[in-house]
Amino acid sequence: MDSKRTSRRELLKGGAALAGGVTLGELASSQAQAHDHPMTPGSQNASPMILGSKELVEYGQRSKYVTSVRIQHPPGGRPSPDLFGKVFHVASPLQDSVGVITPSSLHYVATTRGSYMPDIDPKLHTLTIHGLVDQPLTLTMDDLKRFPSVTRLHFIECAGNRHTPRQKTVQETHGMTSCAEWTGVLLSTLLKECGLKGSATWFVAEGAEEVKGASSMPIAKAMDDCIIAYGMNGEALRPQQGFPVRIIPPGFEGIFHTKYLRRIKVVDRYYMNYNDFGHLRPDPKELALSEQIGPKSVITYPSGGQQLPGRGFYEISGLAWSGGGAIRTVEVSTDGGKKWNLAELKGTPQRMAHVRFGYNWNWDGNETEILSRATDEIGQVQALREQIAQWWNVPVERNYRVPGLDNSVMPWKIAKDGSVTNGLA
Amino acid sequence: MGSLRVVTILLLLGSPAFAQSPTYGVGRTPTAEEIRRMDISISPTGEELPPGRGTAKEGALVFEQKACIACHGATGLGGMAPELQSKKGQDVPIWQRERILPLRSPFATTVWDYINRGMPAGNEGTLTANEVYSLTAYLLFLNKVIPEDEVLDKQSLPKVKMPIGDNYAKEHDWKPNTPRLEGYPY
Repeated sequence: MDSKRTSRRELLKGGAALAGGVTLGELASSQAQAHDHPMTPGSQNASPMILGSKELVEYGQRSKYVTSVRIQHPPGGRPSPDLFGKVFHVASPLQDSVGVITPSSLHYVATTRGSYMPDIDPKLHTLTIHGLVDQPLTLTMDDLKRFPSVTRLHFIECAGNRHTPRQKTVQETHGMTSCAEWTGVLLSTLLKECGLKGSATWFVAEGAEEVKGASSMPIAKAMDDCIIAYGMNGEALRPQQGFPVRIIPPGFEGIFHTKYLRRIKVVDRYYMNYNDFGHLRPDPKELALSEQIGPKSVITYPSGGQQLPGRGFYEISGLAWSGGGAIRTVEVSTDGGKKWNLAELKGTPQRMAHVRFGYNWNWDGNETEILSRATDEIGQVQALREQIAQWWNVPVERNYRVPGLDNSVMPWKIAKDGSVTNGLA
Repeated sequence: MGSLRVVTILLLLGSPAFAQSPTYGVGRTPTAEEIRRMDISISPTGEELPPGRGTAKEGALVFEQKACIACHGATGLGGMAPELQSKKGQDVPIWQRERILPLRSPFATTVWDYINRGMPAGNEGTLTANEVYSLTAYLLFLNKVIPEDEVLDKQSLPKVKMPIGDNYAKEHDWKPNTPRLEGYPY
């Protein structure tokens, strides 16, 4: 192998190949041939070679053997995009996820009204802050990037991320959550620049898409940790995620994360926008549960639709997150909830971000049920459906609907043959 | 020199714009007119509402002319888009009736705001203020919230008594690092 490499390098160095009339194509095929006889077993998959292309050089792509994709949510729902080009909800393939960052291409997508994606020229886009401020402010995207920035990991989860007995895979049960690294300016920085008036209690964040989706949020949230984000996972936001700028109110339900942000109006009362109307509830307890997301976790491997090849060692792997702060602990049960064991958290859990957990498990080949539950840094604990129903003093039925965003424990059933299915079914 | 300094100090004191001076000085101040054109958020008390007026009778015509019927059906029923007319009687408690904006919303301003910003699909933001007042009146009339001849305008719209009254949960006071619901362990 050494000698082969040397000779090829010498050939190129001396310019003999080109001088001798050997084309680049021939060179490439001779390289490919060299790999037909791998010298080590581990290099078998390098044959044949992937030939470089303009696209690969400029903006890489994954291997053709990696085929994980987003799917419409809920399954069997409206296609996305539909005949009119409207984009509806699409869920992230959590069953294939590793680590904590969801690649931008696989981040879940939801819209407030099956909207068209606006094709915004960032040079023409502005963000205006007005209302109860000393001095209103209009910022271009270039202006925004001049302010001191922050870069933080945060999950976003759609309120429709409910697990039901009918769903099969973790993508169907939990795929409407994702976690990305967001870069932008703290909203508090911008509001201080404008000068916040003492009467300010709420703000309305509005998008530039056709329906101009808008939500009311507490000014305390604005001053605490909201990010006006222009960056996602190291590059500009994707159009599906609100290019050129969106708001990230960490830990709040997905609908509050207004995309294509064009306006922030600081006000002194709840504005009851159309999006806010969606949160209208008779019971204040239920209303409180439909803003900040509770502690939640799910096992992504092994999960529904997957197949264990046989008894033996497996690292059970999953994701945990909370709208209340960082995850403190995750526990895993491999016996249907009788015994709970502390899982290992991979890296330092970030506030309002997914954290990856793992638990080493030797499967004895018997039928069982595996579950996970998370506790966050302010002491909120993820509960079983039975516990939640008990708190609300209602009977637990098969289709019990957890109040607020569903953060109940998800069970996966493992059969003797190693097949994994929805434990709620 | 000394008098100039005094004048500057007086100007600073007199101008509310300098109440808190900006730290970074990036961006520009939008004009009042720019803000007025952009500000489509209508508060429950309606102070942002533009001049204009409309009745349910006029709204029924607009509903047809603007092809609302193509998606919502002739009288807000039977289309592909969300239904806009309640089929349940007024004796049924509001929370057991349909989730229809011009029926369940606590404020008629929300109906006006949503039609104005989000309708008609594909031609959003093209309706005149009179058309929006008329359509709002029509949908409220279809749901038996107001009589057919009631005139809606900047003054009367925020005063419309919606069937829900005060029978809905008010937003709690959110604080960071606090459980989402006090006393709820989950």
